[in-house]
Amino acid sequence: MMQTQDIQAIRDIIRRAKRWDAFFGVLGILALMVGVLTFMTLFVDMAIQGMGRIDANFFTNFPSRRAEHAGILSAWVGTLLVMLVTGLAAVPLGVAAGVYLEEYAPKNWLTDVIEINITNLAGVPSIVYGLLALGLFVYQFGFGQSILSAGLTLALLILPVVIVATREAIRAIPQIIREGSYACGATTWQTVKDHILPYSSAGILTGVIIGMARAIGETAPIITIGALTFIAFLPPLPFTGVPPAGLLDWLFAPFTVMPIQMFNWTSRPEAAFQTNAAAAGFILVLMTLAMNGTAIWLRYRLRKNITW
Amino acid sequence: MFTTAAIVYILVKESWIFFEAVPIRRFLFDTQWTPLFDDAHYGIMVLLSGTLTSSAVALLVAIPLGTIIAIYLSEFAPFKVREIAKPFLELLGGVPTIVYGYFALVFLTPLLQKIYPELPGFNLLSAGLIMGVMIIPYVASLSEDAMRAVPMALREGSYAMGATRLQTALRVVMPAATSGIASAYILGISRAVGETMILAVAAGMQPNLTFNPAESGATITSYIVQVALGDLPHGSIGYQTIFAAGLSLLLLTLTFNLLGHWLRKRFREVY
Repeated sequence: MMQTQDIQAIRDIIRRAKRWDAFFGVLGILALMVGVLTFMTLFVDMAIQGMGRIDANFFTNFPSRRAEHAGILSAWVGTLLVMLVTGLAAVPLGVAAGVYLEEYAPKNWLTDVIEINITNLAGVPSIVYGLLALGLFVYQFGFGQSILSAGLTLALLILPVVIVATREAIRAIPQIIREGSYACGATTWQTVKDHILPYSSAGILTGVIIGMARAIGETAPIITIGALTFIAFLPPLPFTGVPPAGLLDWLFAPFTVMPIQMFNWTSRPEAAFQTNAAAAGFILVLMTLAMNGTAIWLRYRLRKNITW
Repeated sequence: MFTTAAIVYILVKESWIFFEAVPIRRFLFDTQWTPLFDDAHYGIMVLLSGTLTSSAVALLVAIPLGTIIAIYLSEFAPFKVREIAKPFLELLGGVPTIVYGYFALVFLTPLLQKIYPELPGFNLLSAGLIMGVMIIPYVASLSEDAMRAVPMALREGSYAMGATRLQTALRVVMPAATSGIASAYILGISRAVGETMILAVAAGMQPNLTFNPAESGATITSYIVQVALGDLPHGSIGYQTIFAAGLSLLLLTLTFNLLGHWLRKRFREVY
């Protein structure tokens, strides 16, 4: 008699534990859904709001005081040029730093300090980078509120991302490859150039794309260095500006970028501008989604194809 | 390395000019923040209250949801769900914050106003909620990595004792992954404290000493944006305030990062 009661009690406990288990399974899906649904709502809402504004003119018009004539020409050209500067600055620096840390750096306290430093940099708010750029690039170096300043700022911002991705890609290469190369009498540089870099290039590319996708959406640091929000002209083409015009005049031109254009439209009270903001936001989201999607797909391909 | 040195150098140098004009006691304890008025007050507490309130709202959303998602993905979800959900979370984390800000302003705030009609058009609440959603991917994906790093043998031991998946997750896997989960939370906090555009767009920019999320308020970050958008001359005292504000922000996130570093060391489990 006593025993059946005990068994009953134990069964109750098991049943309760199983019920909680099943409940949590549902809870997990629900929690996931909060994220998914928010994103879906955001995306669909913006698409519905902005779709009416997106046509060829939207891409070829300058911003305007009249909402229905306003476009994003200067914004997307600005974004493109700033990204060019960012990429040219961040990729060589980041890859070189990653290679150095993995293949060259001696194991000592200095390397440790650098490593902790890079981890910490990833946690510094982006607006602080903006303040740095304001003090350093804009005033001390005298670059002004230009494409060059903005590109370099974003390059600093994504440098940790590129460095970390490079290091991870390099670390995934088995030691045997290096040993084989050294056994044939190769120097460290030859090993890096002929083996390490080619084998890690896809991984590095993934990191670069993710970093660039982040840079495209960054607004705060660029506002901080003082990008103008109303730009109704394009940066000068090479050799066309006021003489003495040079190849790189556009580097020092004032500019605007997509997120700033969107911020500008969002902060206006008229409803028509909100529509423009939705349209610009929609294009911006599509751009970052495409870039991040490419990166994820690349990584997936990479994981499947690598057999050492 | 150069970047860190440069950040510290610029912030300290420019803040120095500010603190020469404004004693540090007034910076820390004044309860008003009106640096642009004639009767200037520089109480960082005001901006700090906005930052802390919005971050608290964000973390109340992000930490529970992020943790649940992490447990679900690491212990419950079938392989296929995880393969789809993880990249999706990454995409979610890649959406520009200005877009989230726009969404908070034109979608979430009107929605909340239907429930609380007295809610102002700019408020810390909807900005904080959206910020929470923005942080979920960071918290979830890092905690999940930490939980997946727990050796299978621990789980098998737990299952062999007849534990359910939930019991295993809560009593075996999570304690073993504490250090990783803690650093995921810390990263979430840093993100929330440093987030700028959502607040600049959706929370309004009136400095307001309040811990009530249903009011509008300025944060350290949105104040910097506000000044940068204006046309204050370089070198004026109002202009120097943004460097002082930035320095406070950097110190705040640095504290959290060091805390995270310490937690990781303190709770690390070695197998």
